[in-house]
Amino acid sequence: MVYIQNLTKSFGNFKALRGINLKLEKGQFLTIFGPNGAGKTTLIKILSTLMKPTSGVIKIAGLDLREDGESVRKQIGVISHSTYLYPNLTAYENLKFYGKMYDLQNLPATIERVLEEVGLKDRMHDLVRTYSRGMQQRLSIARAILHDPAVMFLDEPYTGLDLHAAEMLRDLLQTVHTRERTVIMTTHSISQGLEVSDLVGILVRGKLVYLEPIGKIDTQDFGKTYFYWVEQAG
Amino acid sequence: MGFFQKVWFITWKDIKAEWRTREIFSSMFIFALLVIVIFNFALDPGADPQMTLPGALWIAFTFAGVLGLNRSFILERENEAFQGLLLCPVDRGIIYLGKMLGSLLFMSLAELIALPIFMVFFNLNLLNLLPELGLVILLSTLGFISVGTLFSAMSIHTKTREVMLPVLLFPVVVPVIIGAVKATDRILAQKPLSEITSWLHLLIAFDVIFLVASFLTFEFVVEE
Amino acid sequence: MKPMPRYTPIDLIGWATFLTMTLGLYLIFMYAPTEQKMGIVQRIFYFHLPSAWTSFLAFFVVAVSSFLYLWRRERKWDRIAYASAEIGVVFCSLVLLTGPIWARPVWNVWWTWDPRLTTTLILWLMYVGYLMLRSSSESSKTSRFTAVFGILAFLDVPLVYMSTRWWRTIHPKPVIGGEPGSSGLAPEMALTLIVCLLAFTLFYIYLMAQRISLEKLKDEIEEIKQNFETPVERSK
Repeated sequence: MVYIQNLTKSFGNFKALRGINLKLEKGQFLTIFGPNGAGKTTLIKILSTLMKPTSGVIKIAGLDLREDGESVRKQIGVISHSTYLYPNLTAYENLKFYGKMYDLQNLPATIERVLEEVGLKDRMHDLVRTYSRGMQQRLSIARAILHDPAVMFLDEPYTGLDLHAAEMLRDLLQTVHTRERTVIMTTHSISQGLEVSDLVGILVRGKLVYLEPIGKIDTQDFGKTYFYWVEQAG
Repeated sequence: MGFFQKVWFITWKDIKAEWRTREIFSSMFIFALLVIVIFNFALDPGADPQMTLPGALWIAFTFAGVLGLNRSFILERENEAFQGLLLCPVDRGIIYLGKMLGSLLFMSLAELIALPIFMVFFNLNLLNLLPELGLVILLSTLGFISVGTLFSAMSIHTKTREVMLPVLLFPVVVPVIIGAVKATDRILAQKPLSEITSWLHLLIAFDVIFLVASFLTFEFVVEE
Repeated sequence: MKPMPRYTPIDLIGWATFLTMTLGLYLIFMYAPTEQKMGIVQRIFYFHLPSAWTSFLAFFVVAVSSFLYLWRRERKWDRIAYASAEIGVVFCSLVLLTGPIWARPVWNVWWTWDPRLTTTLILWLMYVGYLMLRSSSESSKTSRFTAVFGILAFLDVPLVYMSTRWWRTIHPKPVIGGEPGSSGLAPEMALTLIVCLLAFTLFYIYLMAQRISLEKLKDEIEEIKQNFETPVERSK
């Protein structure tokens, strides 16, 4: 589903990503840990076509990112610490707008179903401005799954959430995951990352220094493993 | 959904949000009024309004326009909504046209409402000249907004933000401002339309060149 | 025997610039006749016009390399555009400085809104904006932003020139003299002008080469720095 070969990205002189290789099968959930400035957000931005790579090949759902950027965008959903919502539109209007941009058929029914799923149906005609941070985050999940993407990228989705909202997000992620979506998530919270993933990676200074399936990892002691690799690479 | 429907939906979203806050429109409108009032104090009270109105009018409109353009993209940065828009499978040119159309509407509306008030302040009756004046205002505003939308998408990613937009935009729109002022001046002097055709041609040429150039280069500006 | 010192092409251009510049100076002050009406101050023309030519050339190079940068995404085009914009602004400032020095004794005004002078002023403002944009954009976007601006600004030049010309002719005001020296140039004057044009063009190429290699060095130093630094921040 996701295939990355020799991906590099430089900003002027600064090398943000130095040769990433990765292959994900359909339905796999990969969590990437890494310190600040390791290149996690850059990686997600490149995968979601917002940024162009300096070199390397990326294929998502069999489509080359360079050639079929627009078709790739139809296949992906992104949740980030920014919600991508217009505060002066209602939840319904936000989803209607995005739905139109994705050429979705049968829009009103789809919107209602998705809003039901994230538990915001009773408030769908309220302005997003009046929503709490947790509710906005839930709505941003609704926005990301509205077009039923095959691949999802989550960039630090837990940032700024209170405990309750984080719990809800985790439950939602689990339901999202069971629908056979391929997911890549970045985070620096170790406990939240390990709960849902099949694969775990560590990104340090633009390199994927560690990549193992969850079965091979001592989850109790992963903190130590993490710091070991971060220090090694530093 | 077709090309133009998507363009329209981006504009629709801006109109809908603007309808609730009236943030862009009211800031442009009030600012234009303020400029005219201040301008009046700077002028000799006996000055011929026909000589001073064209200049005053376009100073007010251009400065107000910069304000509106700045707001348009600063609003997009709230919650990074603009990135969400970029994630959609739409051509970047569509996004440009949608945003451009929204700003064009808001600025034209502010101009339309400010114009009668200017007429009162300057004691001029322009109602019979409205078609010609409207044409000049529309063509000039289009030129101004076409480059302005592109530059505004850049300036929100600079450290100096609001200052950067006029610094980049004003030198580039010099032909539009000259054309607008001169054509307005001729119209107020009740000259026949044939006298302003060369100015209209200049404005149209500017509009076409910069609409196409901005449409084509927008994708480089919005890339992360 | 001592080995022959090896000259790089840049050095050769440097020497060529020096020689033509010296020759130019000689021609300006010793060879070219003094203009009858304007007197000695007219000799600034031999600096004024070549400066204008060089700045236009520089801005043209900005536009072309900006276009190539957006197309090929190679860092070298970005470096060329940046260097050329900087040098163009310097020469454009020279035009705007020598203009009033010339105009004051001849026309008795410091400034005239003549279309050529006005266009030069607008150009100067545009490319100062270009340099400001370069220093204040987010670093990952700088090259693309300035490339887009470099192209658009250049597209605008003919429109600016046309509009400033019509602006004056349609609404006539007392015109203060034509551009002196543009017609009826004595052969000695023409020769001096050509040598000065050549000298300034060579000077532009020399400055470009120096400026570009400076940018390259900066890049190299950055790279070396990155390989030494350990910018890893411990995460909780």
